[in-house]
Amino acid sequence: MKTLAVARGVAWRTLHNVFTNPSLLIPSIVFPLFFFTAFAGGLSRIRDVPGFDYPLGYTSFQFVFVLLQSAAFGGVFTGFGIARDFEGGFARRLLLAAPHRSGIVLGYGIAALVRWFFTATVLTVVALAVGMNVGGSGVDLVGLYVLAVIMNVAALLWACGVAMRFRTLQAGPVMQFPVFIVLFFAPVYVPLGLLRGWIHSIAVVNPVTRVVEAGRGFLAGSPTEVGFAFGAGLALVLGFSLWAFRGLRKAEAAG
Amino acid sequence: MRQPAAVIAPLVFPILLLAVNSGGLKAETQLPGFPTNSFVAFALAVPFIQGALFSTMNAGTDLARDIQTGFLNRLTLTPMRRLAVLGGQLGGVIVLGLLQAVVYLAVGLAVGVRFESGPAGILVLFAFAFMVSLAFGSLGTLAALRTGSGEAVQGLFPAFFVFLFISSMNIPRNLIQVTWFRDAATANPVSYLLEAVRSLIIVGWNAEALALGFGICAVIAVIGLSLSSWALKVRMAR
Repeated sequence: MKTLAVARGVAWRTLHNVFTNPSLLIPSIVFPLFFFTAFAGGLSRIRDVPGFDYPLGYTSFQFVFVLLQSAAFGGVFTGFGIARDFEGGFARRLLLAAPHRSGIVLGYGIAALVRWFFTATVLTVVALAVGMNVGGSGVDLVGLYVLAVIMNVAALLWACGVAMRFRTLQAGPVMQFPVFIVLFFAPVYVPLGLLRGWIHSIAVVNPVTRVVEAGRGFLAGSPTEVGFAFGAGLALVLGFSLWAFRGLRKAEAAG
Repeated sequence: MRQPAAVIAPLVFPILLLAVNSGGLKAETQLPGFPTNSFVAFALAVPFIQGALFSTMNAGTDLARDIQTGFLNRLTLTPMRRLAVLGGQLGGVIVLGLLQAVVYLAVGLAVGVRFESGPAGILVLFAFAFMVSLAFGSLGTLAALRTGSGEAVQGLFPAFFVFLFISSMNIPRNLIQVTWFRDAATANPVSYLLEAVRSLIIVGWNAEALALGFGICAVIAVIGLSLSSWALKVRMAR
């Protein structure tokens, strides 16, 4: 119960900060919409490339990537808030006051999820409004959004671990850059089968590739690589949980 | 040069985006009407313009810091001319822009890109890098002088990023299928800057593309420098 009380307090404070501060809220909504516009609008001709066989069209194809990207960056942006809390001294007071400190990580995780739900709702409404096709059933769509939730949690835990080790906003690029790399080394613009050369070799071993491909399968109503995708996503969550909680211990030790 | 972040980010980030896009969008070369069979050659123009956007940030952030720390106020006590203040600020940005151009060019040549315009085209490319750094740098100094805030200058970066992405950055304008996007890319001056560099690499000598590219740079530079000079006068008079 004490852990949950700490989590609820941290989550409420983080969400209050985000939803009352336009400079924090607007970028997390606008950037996914912008990427969706730039990719789905500018590159729609890619559906004419020989071998491009996604049945729902390029808007739907890109929606899945942008949804997963928004989930991951929702986690990273919350990581920025953790670093800001350390810089301002609030996190140290929180460490002193919290009876169960694991609730701090949990609270930031809940805040990241709620924040991303808001972004995902806006993105989905816009995508449907501009004519995105949906082939999957309700269960398939739940699968897609659960995958996105897993990405959000994994990215938050990664960013949390970094923030608690460095305890400064200057570590922002360390949180953001690897997430950007891992996402963009997946099949962003074309299906995996159309990638050639070194990027294909990297994409094949990139765990995010499985998540993106499975997400596109869910939206099309023909789920593929579901086991691999959830396995890869949950492995990332597990690994980054260890990373985040060890970061919490380091922050505690640093005082 | 003593701030690694100011030098490394403009070098690494555009190269990384080039690597990601040229790998991921290679299949685009199979579209009928695509102007080359090498996507790296097509995309090599992007780092030059993206690097120039970083010039805006560098010029603006450095000048804003001078304003915030009071250094610019102390300069007003000296007989230094406004032109010298702006020239000194932009000189560093241009040198960094040329250094970036050398790196982007070296990466392009290393991965097998060949310039259709030959060695003379490379010289023109450096002249363009000079102009584009001056043009975008002047916008950065203008933003710094008007706002006096490094954070406000940094806040411009997403806006410039929108200009970059809503352009012919990843696909030729005639192959953009969505009408509003094609119209926006056509109205966007960044498309013409990209196409000027791209013409030297994949076409050879295209007078129209070069005239548009250099012309737009010149217009931005004249407007940016004139307004910066006025903004500096206003700020020094306070």
